[in-house]
Amino acid sequence: MSDKKLIIIGLVIFFVIVAFPLWYHFLFHGGKAAPAPELELTDKAKAAKVCVRSTQYMTAEHMQLLDVWRESVVREAERVYVSPDGKEYNMSLSNTCLDCHSNKAEFCDRCHNYASVRPYCWDCHIDNPKEKS
Amino acid sequence: MLELAIKGTKRYYGWMTFLLAVIGAGFLIYLWQLNVGLRITGMSRDASWGFYIANFTFLVGVAAGGVMVVLPYYLHDYKAFGKVTILGEFLAIASVIMCMTFIIVDLGQPMRIFNVFLYPTPNSVLFWDTVVLSGYLLLNIVIGWNVLEAERNNVHYQQWLKPLIYISIPWAISIHTVTAYLYCGLPGRGFWLTAILAPRFLSSAFASGPALLVLLCLIIRRVSNFDPGREQIQSLAKIVAYAICVNVFFFLCEVFVVFYSQIPEHMDHFKYLFVGLHGKGAYVPWMWASLILMVIGIILTVNPITRKNEGVLAVACMVIFFGTWIDKGLGMISGGFTPNPLHHINEYIPTLPEITIALGVWAMGFFILTVLFKIAVGVKEEVRA
Amino acid sequence: MDSSRRRVLQLLGLSALGLTTKPIRDAFAQEEEQVQAQFKKGENALTAQQWAMVINTRAFESEGDLEPLIEACHKIHNVPKLENKNHEIKWIWPEPYHNAFPLKAGRFLSEEVEHRSFLVLCNHCENPSCVRACPTKATFKRESDGIVLMDFHRCIGCRFCMAACPFGARSFNFRDPRPFIRETNKQFPTRMKGVVEKCNFCAERLAVGQMPACVEASEGKLTFGDLYDPESEVRELIRTNYTIRRKQMLGTEPSVYYIV
Repeated sequence: MSDKKLIIIGLVIFFVIVAFPLWYHFLFHGGKAAPAPELELTDKAKAAKVCVRSTQYMTAEHMQLLDVWRESVVREAERVYVSPDGKEYNMSLSNTCLDCHSNKAEFCDRCHNYASVRPYCWDCHIDNPKEKS
Repeated sequence: MLELAIKGTKRYYGWMTFLLAVIGAGFLIYLWQLNVGLRITGMSRDASWGFYIANFTFLVGVAAGGVMVVLPYYLHDYKAFGKVTILGEFLAIASVIMCMTFIIVDLGQPMRIFNVFLYPTPNSVLFWDTVVLSGYLLLNIVIGWNVLEAERNNVHYQQWLKPLIYISIPWAISIHTVTAYLYCGLPGRGFWLTAILAPRFLSSAFASGPALLVLLCLIIRRVSNFDPGREQIQSLAKIVAYAICVNVFFFLCEVFVVFYSQIPEHMDHFKYLFVGLHGKGAYVPWMWASLILMVIGIILTVNPITRKNEGVLAVACMVIFFGTWIDKGLGMISGGFTPNPLHHINEYIPTLPEITIALGVWAMGFFILTVLFKIAVGVKEEVRA
Repeated sequence: MDSSRRRVLQLLGLSALGLTTKPIRDAFAQEEEQVQAQFKKGENALTAQQWAMVINTRAFESEGDLEPLIEACHKIHNVPKLENKNHEIKWIWPEPYHNAFPLKAGRFLSEEVEHRSFLVLCNHCENPSCVRACPTKATFKRESDGIVLMDFHRCIGCRFCMAACPFGARSFNFRDPRPFIRETNKQFPTRMKGVVEKCNFCAERLAVGQMPACVEASEGKLTFGDLYDPESEVRELIRTNYTIRRKQMLGTEPSVYYIV
């Protein structure tokens, strides 16, 4: 093992790079977590009280729900969602979800930005169906 | 064995730096394409495939051509080729990687490429093409690497490689057959709708692949202490000679059927390529050049006097390589799309950014090829010493 | 490296691999919750075994007569208007006879037919070659009503379907279409760059009991209905008129019929 020194230096550099998010966070942000985003509900959403599913389920699984919706609408021609409590909804991101949550910036984006996810839904789906123009 | 690739002469490093620069240029333009879409290419609603897919098609041929050194050695026990099989296998690896890259740069949504495996669709030829290409790549990496390592260690290669080697032979045929099926099974594309397309692809593959190998062998002899051998090069040249003859013959078969039957759907594409149609004919000089190059190639490789002169042979191989590239690369794709199914004529001309990206992919392929050949030649030199 | 150390490393690697299966197990757990909800068709949804269209080309005197139909379609589907011919997106457009029916063009054609404009669109073939070609099932023939549809979420933009379509019915988004949409219909999505698109026989309108936009705008010159319902209006028209289809000899079985 004549290259012991080189190997150790290499390993150190490797771990420094791998651990970048950790030490960067501790050095420059004091190790404190960024405050969780606060989501705003529109009056319409507040009045409705419940979404198509429980709030907890929606927070955790809305992407899976939307994925199942798109599969059903696009491929199976079934566009009506009957929730477990028997209510019916038109499965449409722009026309149903954003009808209540018409404040995309304060509702969708805030959390997506916090989690650093960039869903490409809005490349096609209209994000402000209610605003003029 | 990889360490053999990082010890080289100044010239070796210079070459690699040059390739890296071309790769870099191509990559930068690709980032631009990724950002703004395929509008920076010359492709259109009518010619929906272009330079990328053309080069992909040609390179599948080069990859399949590698089998022309593997087959005689392993099936016919033609001992002389034992020296060069590894070159054929490594050429196949580099070519298949180029093919895959060309497919990726051609996609509108490359980040979704795994949808092909997520939703496997056996009725799509493109699905099978990805399957056979990845399989061929894997086979050649496993076989090439292990056989070379065994040679380095002076032992016989592992027994379990034998069946893989035998599988790799028909597999090579399959990659180009399936690639031809991409085109020749489409209704309403008269230029491609012909059963001779797969055989034509294969014959041009077995001309262009070994022609490139001859050139590479001649280069290796110049820049290293490993001589692939005169007999080997001559045998390869004979393969090239037969294949290019068959290729031109198949082409003439197609020309006969198309022009004797006089069916416009099939004839119009040939007319567009060779004499121009309704005043459009950007490819006319190219197509005639291709035909002339292939005929010169036949004369120079069939005639024993010219074939045995390695200087002339090098010229012949270059001529054949470029002739088949124009035929299969340039003409095959744009000719199939012009005129379009509604008989409008909308010419496809590749743009500069498109060509730069393509050059970048070629440079990447040659980078990989140089690394692999450096290793192979290094091992050969070691063993001989 | 001695063999026992190698063994330990192997075991460590395998256990690490085992940990990665957690998301898969979680996914199975979620399936159960999903089951409670149900999907169904809307109450007004129009259904058919195979939707078909009959175009009475005699009723259209000039290209101008086709304009409102094309406009209606392109407007509600957010089809962009691109200046560059190469990058054009069109779902439905006019063509002269010898381009719409290239194999049927006689040499000395009736002057009236020669000057007539023919509406062309996706034929929603019964045996579609584009569906055969697609490597991801992004374009598919809907079992329930025979519409050839696109799943833009899944399309990888390989354009094999464009090569496979003998009718030139498909367009590719060579660039982001949004800046080129004059007036956005907010009820309908746009497309993104890098995917293929084409006419969808107004699947979104059929789902709520409306006829396709072009049919509605045609004031009776276009007829839409179930090809396999002998009582349907389209069948009545096909029975009583001489109709042709585009490139019928290719065997794709187009569902758009033309009365000439």
